[in-house]
Amino acid sequence: MSGLENWSWAYDGWIVLAGMLCAVAASLPGNFLLLRRMSLLGDAISHAILPGLAVAFFVSESRSSFPMFLGAVIVGILTALFTEWIRNFGDVDEGASMGVVFTTLFAIGLVMIVQAADHVDLDPGCVLYGAIEMTPLDTLDVAGQPIPRVVIVLGVVTIVNLLFVVLFFKELKLSAFDPALSTSVGFSARLMHYLLMVIVAVTAVASFETVGNILVVAMFVVPPATAYLLTERLGMMIFCSTVIAILSAVCGHLSAVLVPHAFGYQSTSTSGMIALSAGMLFFIASLVSPRNGVIVRIVRRQKLALRILSEDLIALLYRMDERSRDCAVSSQKLSSVLLSRPWLAAWLMNRNVRKGHVIRSESGFRLTDAGRDLGSVLVRSHRLWEQYLVSEGGVAVNRIHGQAEKLEHFTNRELRDRLNEVTAAPSTDPHGRRIPSEHNE
Amino acid sequence: MSVLLILTVFTDGFQISDLKFHSSLLAVAESLTNRSITWPEWGQWKRVLLLQDYNTRVVMLGTGLLGMAAGLVGSFTLLRRRALMGDALSHATLPGVGLAFLLAPYLGLDGKSLPILLTGAALSGTLGVVAILYIRNLTRLKEDAALGIVLSVFFGAGIAILTIVQQVPSGHAAGLESFIYGKTASMIASDAQLIAVAGLLSVIIIALLFKELTLLCFDEGFAGARGYPVLVLDLLLMALVVVVTIIGLQAVGLVLMIALLVIPAAAARFWTHDLKRMMLISSGIGGVGGLAGSAMSAVFPNLPSGAMIVIVCSSLFFFSLLCGRSRGVLVRIARRWELNRSVDRQHLLRGMYELLETRESAADPAEISMPFSQLLAMRTWSSFRLSRQIERCRRHGLLVRRDDGGLSLTDAGLAEASRLVHEHRLWELYLITQADVAPGRVDQAADAIEHVLEPELIAQLEQLLAQQRTSRGVVASPHPLESSAGLSTVSADKSQSPFEKDRMP
Amino acid sequence: MNASLPLSVNDLTVAWHRKPVIWDVDLEVQPGQLVGVVGPNGAGKSTLLKAIMDLVPKASGRVEIFGQTYRQSRHRVGYVPQRESVDWDFPISVLDVVTMGLYGKIGWCMPVRRRHRDIARKALEQVGISELANRQISQLSGGQQQRTFLARALVQDADLYLMDEPFAAVDAATEKAIVEILREMRRAGKTALVIHHDLPTVPEYFDSVVLLNMRVVASGPTKDVFTRENLERTYGGRLTLLDEATEAMRRRERTL
Repeated sequence: MSGLENWSWAYDGWIVLAGMLCAVAASLPGNFLLLRRMSLLGDAISHAILPGLAVAFFVSESRSSFPMFLGAVIVGILTALFTEWIRNFGDVDEGASMGVVFTTLFAIGLVMIVQAADHVDLDPGCVLYGAIEMTPLDTLDVAGQPIPRVVIVLGVVTIVNLLFVVLFFKELKLSAFDPALSTSVGFSARLMHYLLMVIVAVTAVASFETVGNILVVAMFVVPPATAYLLTERLGMMIFCSTVIAILSAVCGHLSAVLVPHAFGYQSTSTSGMIALSAGMLFFIASLVSPRNGVIVRIVRRQKLALRILSEDLIALLYRMDERSRDCAVSSQKLSSVLLSRPWLAAWLMNRNVRKGHVIRSESGFRLTDAGRDLGSVLVRSHRLWEQYLVSEGGVAVNRIHGQAEKLEHFTNRELRDRLNEVTAAPSTDPHGRRIPSEHNE
Repeated sequence: MSVLLILTVFTDGFQISDLKFHSSLLAVAESLTNRSITWPEWGQWKRVLLLQDYNTRVVMLGTGLLGMAAGLVGSFTLLRRRALMGDALSHATLPGVGLAFLLAPYLGLDGKSLPILLTGAALSGTLGVVAILYIRNLTRLKEDAALGIVLSVFFGAGIAILTIVQQVPSGHAAGLESFIYGKTASMIASDAQLIAVAGLLSVIIIALLFKELTLLCFDEGFAGARGYPVLVLDLLLMALVVVVTIIGLQAVGLVLMIALLVIPAAAARFWTHDLKRMMLISSGIGGVGGLAGSAMSAVFPNLPSGAMIVIVCSSLFFFSLLCGRSRGVLVRIARRWELNRSVDRQHLLRGMYELLETRESAADPAEISMPFSQLLAMRTWSSFRLSRQIERCRRHGLLVRRDDGGLSLTDAGLAEASRLVHEHRLWELYLITQADVAPGRVDQAADAIEHVLEPELIAQLEQLLAQQRTSRGVVASPHPLESSAGLSTVSADKSQSPFEKDRMP
Repeated sequence: MNASLPLSVNDLTVAWHRKPVIWDVDLEVQPGQLVGVVGPNGAGKSTLLKAIMDLVPKASGRVEIFGQTYRQSRHRVGYVPQRESVDWDFPISVLDVVTMGLYGKIGWCMPVRRRHRDIARKALEQVGISELANRQISQLSGGQQQRTFLARALVQDADLYLMDEPFAAVDAATEKAIVEILREMRRAGKTALVIHHDLPTVPEYFDSVVLLNMRVVASGPTKDVFTRENLERTYGGRLTLLDEATEAMRRRERTL
């Protein structure tokens, strides 16, 4: 592919690595932000730290990372604090308090920076946010090898976050799930909250300074959300979010290089494409997640509907068979009674042939012995339910059919036996029809 | 190495120039440290305030109208607990703008024309709305996660597209960038007109659907049960947000638009409980913010107008937080102060009355002098507080200072004290006989409640308790009064039975 | 300071924004008893439990658990909160929830080991849902959720149990199971203070009862205290004016 001509592992490799590290570092605490319903905090902090960076810069008068880092972390934590205060003091909605705090801080930061920029012939855009594409430029010597500073910083942050999550796993889990129990057992929920805030602020700031803010804001939310849809275990969720984060980073950079080329452009922002890849992965997961993906649910529902209809056909055939032994019925007749679509009934009856429940003859379909067994089970369930509803449930006789109709498809042997017991082993249903006895298979 | 060279990444109004950043940072530090404020001249003030300058006039009116529209729409999103929806949707419009610019030439349109870009923004914003609803309704995720996902993914896509736009020769032109990031100074009349139209549209829609939208925000379940199409109304509300957002992007930029949607509404909340009034105040604050912010930006050098608008709005927010008439913090503190003072007064008068009772003499109450020290000992209050209260009562004519330094009640004071004591005792009796609070505890319990007794309650109590009154027409105390040495000779166990002291006149 | 008394409450008043929620509550719980707490909605029952556990600040009063403060006796108290207090969509399994009861013993930062999980499994057996150990909690019925919480309390191996409406909205089988567990606890010498809402079952389940409506209306052995007169006093009738006055106070407080 034309876009990969310029690919150089020495260059792009570092970028991918930086992306992966940032993504993992952010998604680790991001899982707990998601569970605590604080997903927008990353975005809020990314805007709110602006004055912090400006002040730190102004005070330290140098470009060195540490003061800016410190200033930004302090403001990051203050953002969370101010949000809490406004929420409690003023009784303002959580989202609104966050909105007030971060936009105000951002505006203040903007003013400070613009004021300072009048001596500089530059657009009012000081470089306080890094860009991932510049990762390989700034290297430090580590054991004789030039390693980008960005990678080192993000590597450290990732390790710290990993340690945090591993070490405090159960405390984080407990304080997110049941803060009252957490506090009463001795793990102060408030302390855990503030620890989490610190980790988030540090991660955010370290990432802004190295790779820019777009990437990390996305990684706080999207991989954890994707993992949430895929699994129902916290440990697995954290693991999945890490995997998805790594995957997004790789796909992101690759597509940043490749995709624009397909349209005749040069490569585009890696951070943006990483965020977009994460979004795509999320979307796919939402559709096909085995537990509750949208498509999966639709398919499951349809399959259930088909099964019910298929069974209804057999049951109907059985009832007709009761009246005139060994009759043959066409699928059109069946579908007209059941008010279903003729082609659907025909197709399902063919499936029933394959399953051995019916055989086809010239005048229509006929039950086999297996089919008769199935039919009798269904009808027995139906009539037992009717009996139960009348004698135990006190339901009027004219209403029981609808309910029994639904219930019969979900009644297994055990339930039938219990129904039988409770209704004192009846031989007829409330309409007077005979209840088929159980076959001992 | 192609990636490196043409690098311009947008982040909310900033441009990162490729290799100059090291030097620029140092320059910035320098300029921040050796600043001096150049105060603008009066002439300049006049020009702006009297709207003499055409440009300023346009900008001020435009942003003022924007603030009003945003305040209006923001009231609903605040009540719907979706204050940050504006955040997510502002970010969501970005890819649309970029794509509109890129694709317009293929459709034979001018990529830089405003309506085209706005259409792109609107479409992308709508897609964002759909995505939010999809995530919220069809997955297990909650509202904040939906907003966060849409925000970051769309914004990332937008940045990626814009980076490509940068590569297009005409992509550098000021029009596109300023559209996205807000160069308010270059607002022209047509922009202001656009804002006015959008604002008017919002007002009309809100006016027409006011009660439906109110119901939606207040009780979604009920609205659904009554047959209102909740989803459609929801979409409509979000569409309004999208419209206002898109219009506002031009004026104040991405982030600052969020502020306009959130802050005026949150501020208005402190002033009233009535939704209509809240919306009016909210749009007022938004409008004032717009006008004042852009005015200040015009007068003072180097103040970006978007930021100034936000700062004005948020100052108004903090002012409202403190002083808002119905829920402001200071107002609540003031009310509590007032309550404490009135409580103190009641305690003083009651205390004096009870001292009189333990005296048991037939002398005229106005002649009986009660020393300060004794009053001080009655309750746990500081002498400062007591003296202050005594002073106030004196000024109201309820008591007088005697020559020997003690205090005695005036007629008015006596009347008031009797009334207070009567109510207090009624309540104590009720608590004992009806609510089974032990007699020893009763004083404290009654103390807490009596200060808010309403006349109807008093009347009910009187009816309920057929009591006998003392000579002064006041119910006898159900519990032993604190007798203090020096004033009376009543011993503690004299008042065992509540009604023993009764004497009909 | 009586180290044998599981719970001793003196003069407890809890106010929320200056509005009293419970007043002057005096309570003593003897060891080895099942004590029910009943009262109307908003009577402060949950607040009482939370105040005992230091989860809400006290305006005045003293609480002693086995003669010591809550903080000192924490490990001897087991808490079963209301079911609504947690998000049942959380991605954890039943076994995870039960194991949470052991976190206090495991300590900060230490991992959960196999033997802890075994203890948790035993507790699940005790409450009768051992087959649900690996099920995600969103798939549980109300009764199963309650049993999960109960198992979590059991692993704490406490001497005093504080339970907030464990019988609320559970099926009859679960209710029977919970009662059986409570009785087993009593046989083992443990004490339980249980907030209960279903009056007819109080005499059957509880040895002593506390009638609470912001203040303790009556407390003591069920057969003595659980009379119609006391119930009337707790649940209203002659208390309307009191309610009205406190409502007036709350209204006033709201504007403060």
